[in-house]
Amino acid sequence: MKYVTKLLKGNEAIGEGAILAGCRYYFGYPITPQNEIPEYMSRNLPAVGGTFVQSESELAAINLVMGAAAAGGRAMTSSSSPGVSLMQEGISYMAGMEVPAVVVNVVRGGPGLGGIGPAQSDYFQATKGGGHGDYFTLCLAPSTAQEMLDLTILAFDIADRYRCVTIILADGLLGQMAESVEVPLDYKPREYKKDWIMDGCKGRPPRIVRSLFLDPAELEKHNFHLSEKYREICKKEVRFERFKTRDADIVLVAYGTSARICKAVVEMARADGLKLGLLRPVTLYPFPEKEIRKTAERAKALLVVELSMGQMVQDVKRAVGDACPVLFKGRTGGMVFTPEEVYQSVKKIKIKDEG
Amino acid sequence: MNTQNPLEPYLRLDRMPHIWCSGCGIGTSVNCFIRALMDLNMPKEKICVVSGIGCTGRVAGYLNLDSFHTTHGRAIPFATGLKLANPDLKVIVFSGDGDLVAIGGNHFIHAAQRNMDITVICVNNFNYAMTGGQYGPTTPIQAKSSTAPYGSFQMPFNLPKLAESAGAVYVARWTTYHVRQLRKSMREAMNKKGFSFVEVISQCPTLYGRKNQFRSGRDSMLWYKEHSVARNHPLTSDINLGFRTYILVGKFIDIEKPTFLDGLNERYKGVREKIA
Repeated sequence: MKYVTKLLKGNEAIGEGAILAGCRYYFGYPITPQNEIPEYMSRNLPAVGGTFVQSESELAAINLVMGAAAAGGRAMTSSSSPGVSLMQEGISYMAGMEVPAVVVNVVRGGPGLGGIGPAQSDYFQATKGGGHGDYFTLCLAPSTAQEMLDLTILAFDIADRYRCVTIILADGLLGQMAESVEVPLDYKPREYKKDWIMDGCKGRPPRIVRSLFLDPAELEKHNFHLSEKYREICKKEVRFERFKTRDADIVLVAYGTSARICKAVVEMARADGLKLGLLRPVTLYPFPEKEIRKTAERAKALLVVELSMGQMVQDVKRAVGDACPVLFKGRTGGMVFTPEEVYQSVKKIKIKDEG
Repeated sequence: MNTQNPLEPYLRLDRMPHIWCSGCGIGTSVNCFIRALMDLNMPKEKICVVSGIGCTGRVAGYLNLDSFHTTHGRAIPFATGLKLANPDLKVIVFSGDGDLVAIGGNHFIHAAQRNMDITVICVNNFNYAMTGGQYGPTTPIQAKSSTAPYGSFQMPFNLPKLAESAGAVYVARWTTYHVRQLRKSMREAMNKKGFSFVEVISQCPTLYGRKNQFRSGRDSMLWYKEHSVARNHPLTSDINLGFRTYILVGKFIDIEKPTFLDGLNERYKGVREKIA
């Protein structure tokens, strides 16, 4: 495949990835720090025959996405934390109806209106369903502008393959910073047969797209079916990156922006002769449980580093069990730790370990 | 000599400087609003100001009155709840066009339909300024914005007509150039029983203006001065706003109708008497 190198903001890389992936319908409502996505789509969708609508609210946006996806199109919306909370009703409906779409959350500090600084405090919402009912959304966590593009392309493919909602969980820092990105020139998105869409019932029996099942037995059966699908996703779609974990005594576990910072911490520690590594989940749902467990069995301690008061750390603890101690380092509200700050936390573990 | 600005008692000076750009029209709107409050001589403890999100959404936070900064679009339902729980309060919603009629559009319509006894002041700057100048429900056809790079092609809302058809009893529109008339209309609106609505056409030199040949606040003010036509009680269907066209201003609606609380008290009277 041929590539061209572009300098893109993370948010623009998402737009670029979406159009490459065949997204032709974008609906969204302004909110900082993700405005470059709708701006990019409004500029570039017309030229590829796509449609951009700035909806009157996030509720409208997610329902416009639902409609375009039910018609068979590849559709996306993006927002930031408070806006994504408003979309949860629609996401639950889409999970129930098995309508595929991509939802981007460029996370900012919460709760409530919060602030506009980068945060990772929407982890629970993105990985545990978010709305009402028994469902999960597949969740991808990019950590570079390149991944903002690559994982957006992947998100559309996965969404169509499993008929599920895929969340891209970025944050204000990843969205706003610019990096060089290798953009594929001749990427052809894989086509999936959609024998469930509403495209007019000419020559076939009418279809129904719904999430309402008034018969409890039927609804339970539907939930068994969804559950089976999530099990398959957990088996096949786990993605993660290991960074110098092979001989590591202490392993950092971090995703997204935190993982970028942790890479610098690993380099600092290695320069001092400290055996530090990083395990970076790329999919947050499905969560790389087995890999974390394996790592914990070899390491002396894990340090989970997040821009929250401790959300992913709960999943890490569950995966690790009693294999080794799991510690936590977090900042929140839009505050971002420096590599030095995280390194200090690492050094404290060492001292504790020896003492 | 008294060197204090007469508006100071109404402002939270500890929150200054404010976030508004130089040349922005929201400051003028707030100035007119405070002067209208002073004219009415209303005790401060009777007033509550509610704002939503956006540049104008910051107004509540700068006023030295009981004020509430709500979720995006929900200023009107919040204000409704406040009014119902304490009908003695004068409740004023002060927010922007995107907040009030896009994401909050349904609430706007229904508060007017109920003739809820609140005053809504809408600063209309034709775009979502706080998030970088995206097009909104009032952006004129042809005008450019950060999400309408080729020019807008959606018919914008005519807010006075919307308010009238939904049931408002008082509707006026002025630009930020018309400070005296605006102050008077705000006064009248707050004195009115029922759902009163004042639209303030306001400049946004940083975003909407930069993209649409109103580069400075002064450019807009000159335009407002030279292109505003005052009419009392024209048909609201005749007062659409276009792109760089004449602006019809004035008091459009001023009628009497029972308010939500009038209706409620009337209908519940018998029921309440029975319980008592």
